[in-house]
Amino acid sequence: MTDAVLRLEGVEKAFASVDGPVPVLRGVSLELRAGETLALTGESGSGKSTLLHIAGGLEAADAGVVRVAGHDLVAMSDAARAAVRARDVAVVFQQFNLIPSLRVEDNIAFQARLAGRVDQGLIDRLVDRLGLAGQMRKYPEALSGGQQQRVAIARAIAARPRVLLADEPTGNLDEGTAAEVLEALLALVAETGAGLLLVTHSPAIAARMDRRLHLSAGRVA
Amino acid sequence: MNRACLAALLSHWHWNPLQLFAFLAGLALATALWSGVQAINAEARASYDAAAATLGEGQFDQIVPGAGDRIAQADFVALRRAGWLVSPVIEGRVGDVRVLGFDPLSSPAGFGVGQGDPGAFLAEGQLFANAETAAALEVDLPVVVDPGIAPGIAVGDIGVVQRLLGREDLSRLLVQPVQPMERPVLSDLAPGLRLQAANQTADVGELTGSFHLNLTAFGLLSFAVGLFIVYSTIGLAFEQRRGVVRTLRALGVALPRLVVLMLVEVLVLALIGAGLGVVLGYVVAAALLPDVAVTLRGLYGAEVAGTLQFRVSWWGSGLAIAVLGALAAAGARLWQIARMPLLASARPRAWAMTSGRVQNVQGALALLLLAVAAVLTLAGQGLVAGFALLGCFLIGAALALPLVVRPVLERAERGATTPVARWFWADTRQQLPGLSLALMALLLAISANIGVATMVSSFRLTFVSFLDQRLAPELYVEAASAEEAAAIESGMAAAGADVLPLLAIETQVAGQPARLFGVRVGPTYRESWVFLDQVLDAWNEVAAGQAVVTNEQLARRAGLWVGDSVSVAPDVTLPIAAVVADYGNPRGQVIVGEDLFRNLHPEVSPRQFGLRTDDPGALRDVLRTELGVAESALIDQRALKAFSLEVFERTFTVTAALNVLTLAVAGFAMLMSLLTLADLRVPQLAPVWALGLTRRRIGQLELLRTVVFAVVTCLFALPVGLGLAWVLLAIINVEAFGWRLPMFLFPADYARLGVYAVLAAIAAAAWPAWRLMRTPPNALLKVFAHER
Repeated sequence: MTDAVLRLEGVEKAFASVDGPVPVLRGVSLELRAGETLALTGESGSGKSTLLHIAGGLEAADAGVVRVAGHDLVAMSDAARAAVRARDVAVVFQQFNLIPSLRVEDNIAFQARLAGRVDQGLIDRLVDRLGLAGQMRKYPEALSGGQQQRVAIARAIAARPRVLLADEPTGNLDEGTAAEVLEALLALVAETGAGLLLVTHSPAIAARMDRRLHLSAGRVA
Repeated sequence: MNRACLAALLSHWHWNPLQLFAFLAGLALATALWSGVQAINAEARASYDAAAATLGEGQFDQIVPGAGDRIAQADFVALRRAGWLVSPVIEGRVGDVRVLGFDPLSSPAGFGVGQGDPGAFLAEGQLFANAETAAALEVDLPVVVDPGIAPGIAVGDIGVVQRLLGREDLSRLLVQPVQPMERPVLSDLAPGLRLQAANQTADVGELTGSFHLNLTAFGLLSFAVGLFIVYSTIGLAFEQRRGVVRTLRALGVALPRLVVLMLVEVLVLALIGAGLGVVLGYVVAAALLPDVAVTLRGLYGAEVAGTLQFRVSWWGSGLAIAVLGALAAAGARLWQIARMPLLASARPRAWAMTSGRVQNVQGALALLLLAVAAVLTLAGQGLVAGFALLGCFLIGAALALPLVVRPVLERAERGATTPVARWFWADTRQQLPGLSLALMALLLAISANIGVATMVSSFRLTFVSFLDQRLAPELYVEAASAEEAAAIESGMAAAGADVLPLLAIETQVAGQPARLFGVRVGPTYRESWVFLDQVLDAWNEVAAGQAVVTNEQLARRAGLWVGDSVSVAPDVTLPIAAVVADYGNPRGQVIVGEDLFRNLHPEVSPRQFGLRTDDPGALRDVLRTELGVAESALIDQRALKAFSLEVFERTFTVTAALNVLTLAVAGFAMLMSLLTLADLRVPQLAPVWALGLTRRRIGQLELLRTVVFAVVTCLFALPVGLGLAWVLLAIINVEAFGWRLPMFLFPADYARLGVYAVLAAIAAAAWPAWRLMRTPPNALLKVFAHER
């Protein structure tokens, strides 16, 4: 398919241990198209987060093909992978990973500034849509967990990434807040046309995605 | 991208203003003390250079009187007529100003006076001096201000100065480097004069070099203490930003770019801190310079300007060393970041924890440095080796401190019986790595205080005793002429006084410039003088002309001691019967009996006399009324002693001031470490609070913890400080000044210093403890709600 924004083929990854290499991913392949949402599920230790990190260029695969927005991450240097991350990928972490010393408004605009494409109109819409209008001058520590995750989502979408990766984005939130955050995330992805790969333990959340992929012991089940 | 990234990095300092303050203040304090000392040294050196340029001292051979300090005009004329190319110089004093007259046309030093016009110099009856000296000069002549002239000196045409001083003779003759091949021998033409080769006069730069090296060492010590603050601040700031670094990298900032930006950040902050430090250094130097000037004048007769100039040499070096120091402090952290995996934990890892490997490396380094210090003690020679020993010993001891404190805390933990006491000691042990840099700084500061206080107090005791020996005669009198000297000698003997004539001549002994004295050996010398080493009946042998006494400076510089022989005249070599301690002068001295001196130098007659009497007042009246001696020629011993003590006290004002500043910087380091650690402490203390300890009690225990650390550090600082004192007295002093001082102990002073150090530590800990007591329960609860 020509409109794939993320393509993984036969990805292998192992971690070193005192007893020798421990395989985490064993020949995983997947494809994500623009505007598509894909849920990645599996038990703890199945390799979900590692797969997400490899897809985002945060970690290098031992073998296989990883293409993001047409770029082959495996053949790239660290610096080139960093450039792809800044330009084409955005990650929403479970722990938010906001910059505590920057105000909310600067956190939201941060990745867009790194990518060199600040769209103030989009940022204003995101702030409005995510209900952050009254929080812009605050620092992250003054916000609740749900508000911090909204800021993290706004930061990711504001950079207009081709691929959006979310690692249990609602894992730290209560049920009501989680539902609100998920709604906002899906609506914004649909609006921007990015491909979304979302790691989750929740069957309910997985059911909201276009497709679902289950990992078990490092393999697609 | 760079702008956004740099803004994110810099926002950390806006978010943590206390850390920013610690960084800038630490670097500013370190730079201030270092550049302040360098500013003083640079000013002094500039003054020496100006003096050398003005006087041509040490650069040319000179013809000087064999005895006394005058050369007849006729001798100068005779030398010129015989073909000697010499230039006359006259020197005298007007008040406190040294007035120098010379002939600018024949002087080998050239015109020598600033950028003035030789025509004006010759044509007008005027003097030239810098602004400070000109203001102090009370003469009827116009004084032209010339900033190029050395401080404390006024110069003019020889005729002008001769008229000003009311003299027709000269002081010395400068010898042109190129002379006619055929010219009569000096001793034939003028038997009373002798040729002194260039550089045989004591070079003031050389004499004062050790003093400046001492200042530099103190500056460096203070700089090191300041760098402790910077190092710990940078360490904490970088550690707290592990999460931000991870986020930035995850968002697409490449690692090399991040490292470069962090380097730029440190560089910018270092330049700001160092710039503030240079300004502060100027203030410190300007405040200390007058005392330094008095010290140098009192000890060495060297004139130093009392005002400070903003010279690139010291502020440039201050900026450079501060920036390099900050980069060195940041280097290790940047290296860690460069090696940190992208997905490494964002949790401020164990900033306060040190791995066993690091502890082992630190212990090995401490042992290595202490071993090098031991080797240097046994085998090192020279001032540089002395300071290397000092550095190795102090840094080695500082690195050993945590390794010494840890077993103490472990023992206390084992001995604790209640659960809170057990937790207290365990938690104290856990805090040790985080506070160890601040404790090392405190150790250095306390040790420096103990060491220098011991040296100064030992010096004071010895110096007062030395003054009592040397100023034993009740009166001193200086004759204006040989005739008056003869009249004084016979008149005083007739009046029943014990007359001690002092004969002296400048000469060379054992390759060293020295002053040869002839003394009348009697009860005063036998009873008052205390020798460092002597043969039996030393004074009898000296009186009999069979031996000499040398001062310690000459003996150590020439590698001589009791029993060795020295040549005091071309064919007179005598054994050294005794070596005497001499704390009032840096130059070599040799003392022979009066009869031998008169035989060797019959042309020299005594001009100075010490007078022993039971009734100084009556003797003073006889001298003034019957012998017509001017009041100014009589020297009051008590006044002289008081003046000498004043010079002594001011000599150590500078080091005392640097000591206080060092202790203050160490206290500041402690405060900053505790404040910056406070944030990390909350997650450690929250569980204890949750288990039932009140915030107030936790705050009190935090204060107690600091007292424990300060007391243990003080106890360790005592032997280190005494070791430092020994190095200063037995090694540095010998190398720098040529004398070795006995070491005395002052337990009361050490106890007082210990109390001050503990009070300083309590003051430093008070605020962080108070903040902890007032930590809202909400903040403590957050620990259980979020990852921190």
